[in-house]
Amino acid sequence: MTREEAFTQFLLRMGDNTLILGHRVSEWCGHAPVLEEDIALANTALDLIGQTQMWLGLAGEVQGEGKSADDLAFLRDAWDFRNVLLCEVPNGDFGRTLMRQFLFDAWHSIQLGRLMKSSDERVAAIAEKASKEVAYHLERSADTVVGLGDGTEESRRRMQEALDYLWPYVGEMFQSDDVDAEMVKAGIAPDPASLREEYDALISRILGDATLTIPESRFAHKGGRTGAMHTEHLGHLLTQMQWLQRAYPGAKW
Amino acid sequence: MYAQMIKSEATQDDPEKLAAFQARIDAGEKIEPKDWMPEGYRKTLIRQIGQHAHSEIVGQLPEGNWITRAPTLERKAILLAKVQDEAGHGLYLYCAAETLGVSRDEITEMLLDGRMKYSSIFNYPTLNWADIGAVGWLVDGAAIMNQVPLQRTSFGPYSRAMIRICKEESFHQRQGYDAIRQMAEGTPEQKKMAQDALNRLWYPSLMMFGPSDKDSVHSAQSMAWKIKMNTNDELRQKFVDQTVPQAEYLGLTIPDPDLKWNEERGHYDYTDPDWSEFFDVIKGNGPCNVDRLAARNKAWDDGQWVRDGLLAHARKKAAGKHAAE
Amino acid sequence: MKNEWPLWEIFIRGQHGMSHRHVGSLHAPDAEMAIKNARDVYTRRNEGVSIWVVEANHISASSPSDKGPLYEPSESKVYRHPTFFDIPEEVGAM
Repeated sequence: MTREEAFTQFLLRMGDNTLILGHRVSEWCGHAPVLEEDIALANTALDLIGQTQMWLGLAGEVQGEGKSADDLAFLRDAWDFRNVLLCEVPNGDFGRTLMRQFLFDAWHSIQLGRLMKSSDERVAAIAEKASKEVAYHLERSADTVVGLGDGTEESRRRMQEALDYLWPYVGEMFQSDDVDAEMVKAGIAPDPASLREEYDALISRILGDATLTIPESRFAHKGGRTGAMHTEHLGHLLTQMQWLQRAYPGAKW
Repeated sequence: MYAQMIKSEATQDDPEKLAAFQARIDAGEKIEPKDWMPEGYRKTLIRQIGQHAHSEIVGQLPEGNWITRAPTLERKAILLAKVQDEAGHGLYLYCAAETLGVSRDEITEMLLDGRMKYSSIFNYPTLNWADIGAVGWLVDGAAIMNQVPLQRTSFGPYSRAMIRICKEESFHQRQGYDAIRQMAEGTPEQKKMAQDALNRLWYPSLMMFGPSDKDSVHSAQSMAWKIKMNTNDELRQKFVDQTVPQAEYLGLTIPDPDLKWNEERGHYDYTDPDWSEFFDVIKGNGPCNVDRLAARNKAWDDGQWVRDGLLAHARKKAAGKHAAE
Repeated sequence: MKNEWPLWEIFIRGQHGMSHRHVGSLHAPDAEMAIKNARDVYTRRNEGVSIWVVEANHISASSPSDKGPLYEPSESKVYRHPTFFDIPEEVGAM
């Protein structure tokens, strides 16, 4: 694997995370529990879509095959996607959506903080812009997780169920492979495993405030960020997302 | 319009106060929530602002239907931002209604159990991507016709909400026209989608202005109160006159063989929509009435535990603060 | 107990140096969430640098019938307005 190939993979991982999660969050538009939350979720989705344009745009540039962010988003098949599985699991209820958001935002904010010091200026610039947005995402999702965890009996039960369901998808964000090793060597991105300690401290504090119990198991599903094995859900998501581009190849929209 | 068939409430108040109230309105003064107002004015406004707000909220659904299928990242972001704006507009309007003494939950429940209506247009489906363009171009275009004059409405909070809405709305119609233009100038299939969207949405858009003036329910009182600024037919004509050249520019055909310029009147002559269809839709028999209300009810019911949970937490926190003091 | 989120009035400072201005209202379970909601609802187009929130039922308002006594006295104090004073042109801008 060349440096460029590894770099492209890394950028796809960043961009696919925001693309797929942004898509999931956008599914809520018009259906949230209260108007204020509807509007806030749309803001999160909009930020994530914007970040996708930057990450996938750069991925296309580094890849050097003349592909645009849209080409990468709409014309790859499931096995080419490099998002972590956490981003593609279905929304479930509002609690699960916000728990997934929190578990991702916590990682995302730490990751972007490191990427702001990337040796690649383009990566640092994207991270700089995105980190401001994500700091707010994290504040909001953390508050909501605490509010619902320490809310009513029902809200607490639902949040614990959400955490139990999502927990096995957390570990994948910290798995390192050859791509990561290459990125570390180039000073472009940190080793994912090195973020775990800070992450655990952050989520333990918030989930503690939320009166929720972190499951003991450290079992982690994997296969998303390497593309080896996605969930069944991704294909359905892509079926919707890519439909127009696939049905009418070459059309301009 | 977003508020259709609003029947003015009869009002039985002290004639002297009524005259003074009318004089304020005639002088162009704004009525504020704590000012004296006739009961009929208050009730009519609640119904009108409520229906307008409900229309924004239900209106999220037909366009939201395409967010996950938008063909490019940019189109997805634009559409999402637009549908989010509709939620914001609903929110502003609910707040305006709240100043009249009806809470958001109360007025929401009136939508959910069918006591209050929303605009007939949102009971039509969005079936292909060009519909998103057509909704922005035609539906927002029609809405703007009504909303711009409503910025001058007599009730202060309503007027201020409309000013904010109009400011934000300005990009909606333009993005719609831009999206459908891209398709009208695109491949034969895209052009077909654009024409198909226009065919389906033309008459429902004309219906938005409400029934013909000669059949319209008592709008005289609402116009005197300046909560209705123009007659239905005036606005509909203005809309047709504005839209025909825009359709011609796109090379699309408005589905009305009798549409033609009338030199004498200085307006286009056009065919009225099928009013029996309009009344069917109003009664609940439009293509999507059942689905739309079901979706709103589901969001509300599924969200109950979230609203309760966050409030319970806020109360615990407040109690904790008290205890600590 | 009534379970509707309280109503909050939102005030936003549009630019540095300006005062906060009432922009509208929204619902939120508490003040912190009201600020967050205000950010999401009322600053979607970069409209603000600072947000105040006040629970609507904590606002005391003058009653409309007091309009005369409250405001008319100041109408007679025309000397409070700069145009009350004639300044000779030769003095320049003031």
